[in-house]
Amino acid sequence: MTSVNAILAKELRSYFVSPVVYVVGAVFLLIFGVLSYLAVVNAGTQAVRMMQIQGAAAQLNLNDLVFRPTFYSAAIVILLVLPILTMRLFAEERKLRTFELLMTSPIRLNEVVIGKFLGAYLIFLGMLALTGIVPLILSVFSSFDWRPVLTGYLGLALMGALFLATGLFASALTENQIVAAFLSFGLLILVWLLGALGSVLGDNPIGNTISYLSFIEHYDRLVRGLVDTKDLIYYVSGMVLMLFLAHRVVESQRWR
Amino acid sequence: MIEVQNITKRYGDFTAIDRVTFTVDKGEVLAFLGPNGAGKTTAMRILTCFMPATEGVARVAGFDCFDQPIEVKRRIGYLPEHPPLYQELTVTEYLTFVGRIKGMGAEDLRSGLDRVMERLALGDVRHRLIANLSRGYQQRVGLAQALLHDPPVLILDEPTLGLDPKQIIEIRELIKSLAGSHTVILSTHILPEATAVCQRVVIINNGRIVAVDSPEGLSARLRQSEKIRVAVKAPPADLANRFRALPGILSVFEPTESGAFLLEYELGQDRRDELARFVVDNGWGLLELKTVSMTLEDVFLRLTQHEEGLE
Ligand SMILES: Nc1ncnc2c1ncn2[C@@H]1O[C@H](COP(=O)(O)OP(=O)(O)O)[C@@H](O)[C@H]1O
Ligand SMILES: [Mg+2]
Repeated sequence: MTSVNAILAKELRSYFVSPVVYVVGAVFLLIFGVLSYLAVVNAGTQAVRMMQIQGAAAQLNLNDLVFRPTFYSAAIVILLVLPILTMRLFAEERKLRTFELLMTSPIRLNEVVIGKFLGAYLIFLGMLALTGIVPLILSVFSSFDWRPVLTGYLGLALMGALFLATGLFASALTENQIVAAFLSFGLLILVWLLGALGSVLGDNPIGNTISYLSFIEHYDRLVRGLVDTKDLIYYVSGMVLMLFLAHRVVESQRWR
Repeated sequence: MIEVQNITKRYGDFTAIDRVTFTVDKGEVLAFLGPNGAGKTTAMRILTCFMPATEGVARVAGFDCFDQPIEVKRRIGYLPEHPPLYQELTVTEYLTFVGRIKGMGAEDLRSGLDRVMERLALGDVRHRLIANLSRGYQQRVGLAQALLHDPPVLILDEPTLGLDPKQIIEIRELIKSLAGSHTVILSTHILPEATAVCQRVVIINNGRIVAVDSPEGLSARLRQSEKIRVAVKAPPADLANRFRALPGILSVFEPTESGAFLLEYELGQDRRDELARFVVDNGWGLLELKTVSMTLEDVFLRLTQHEEGLE
């Protein structure tokens, strides 16, 4: 545990002295802010139209009009942003040969993997927490159902963990950070597309299994406020699988 | 303290080290001496459990490098060929991180930091970013990293590489001061470095041990012969053989790209005047004739020939 802490502390330190985390954080927050602003403006226009039709202040559902579209767009944003956070994790250690220090110290490789993952994850959770300003501000001016907002955040947190674990795996495959980032983009987009492929195959066991593999239908349910253990298991097991693969890849490199 | 038995390491089809066997006693300082590509780094990476050997057994302090890597790693301080430094950290931050992954407690770490800072004179730069340090200081931080948890075994891969002469002397002094209390293996491709610092020298070439000897023994073996470099303007085709037929000549190396022959002769039998007369009297035109001191390459050639002669 102390070794995990040591790796974690070092990772956080390295993140904060490099500009990457600030750029990634700023880009993420800016896009999230713009997206929710656009959703709010759009909701306003719809409200005016509804008033014209019905002649009275209609029930304006912020959950449907603002949060749901924002959460869907946020999924795309984290897909684009998180691989940048993870690309250096193993690639840089190998390139700069600090990897040799880690692998000749009395710590286990899984402690290294977990420490690195947690470092990136804490950064991501921090970014996510900052976006909480948006629902907080909106709650001052209007009322909405908090439940789907919170489960939407849960969905983002779970999906982010899966993305980061995938990025960590990609970073273990190469010494080149750019290659690592593109590998994780590629992997994540492929897995995303499995959802569409599943729908094409239709509502049968094969189609459903393929859809299940995509992270998007699980996220969709969470964004709608439905918490199903099946979906939680999907994200957690996907994340564990990716971390395990990262571990195997790093370990196998010692044997070449 | 360190036992290596028949270690072989293959990268694909390429055999980087081939059935290497040696032992190092407690408190001994041993050098791996060999040219680039000899397999020094590979051997050290196996001992430090960075990678497993393809075949053979390596043991450190009684623990097997393959079966009990954590126990082995606890007892080793390792300075890789490229010091493993995080450029974005300060010296103190970096060494604190190293101490923690070496499993040091807070108290140990504090005293360890003070000790290595003093021993390696890092006090003045303790709050500087590693990226901004000179090569010499970076190397010292690398050494501090290896010494921090006060391991009984130190493995130092080319510890003086890229340093200036003053820094080289400092590092050598430091290594000498470790003898007795620590078991040290260092690698180098510089012959005088191996003989100046170590009690025993293992000479490696092309992945095989060519000789194991004390510095004194090594010097004695090398002093058995000396060499003359002869360049001839118009040499006959069989000149090498004619040289070989001369008295006192041990061996003749064919001309290098510079066109000069290298003649090896027994120690204390200076044949230069005879040689000069031999070449001039035959009218081949003497261009150059001088004694040459042995380079590391000659040492390897000699030792490999010597060993092959025994087989
Ligand atoms: N990872 C590797 N893959 C393939 N060949 C390697 C690898 N590492 C080293 N070698 C080869 O093994 C030989 C020994 O290398 P090394 O142990 O680094 O020698 P030294 O440290 O004595 O210079 C060299 O020919 C080198 O090219
Ligand atoms: Mg080397």
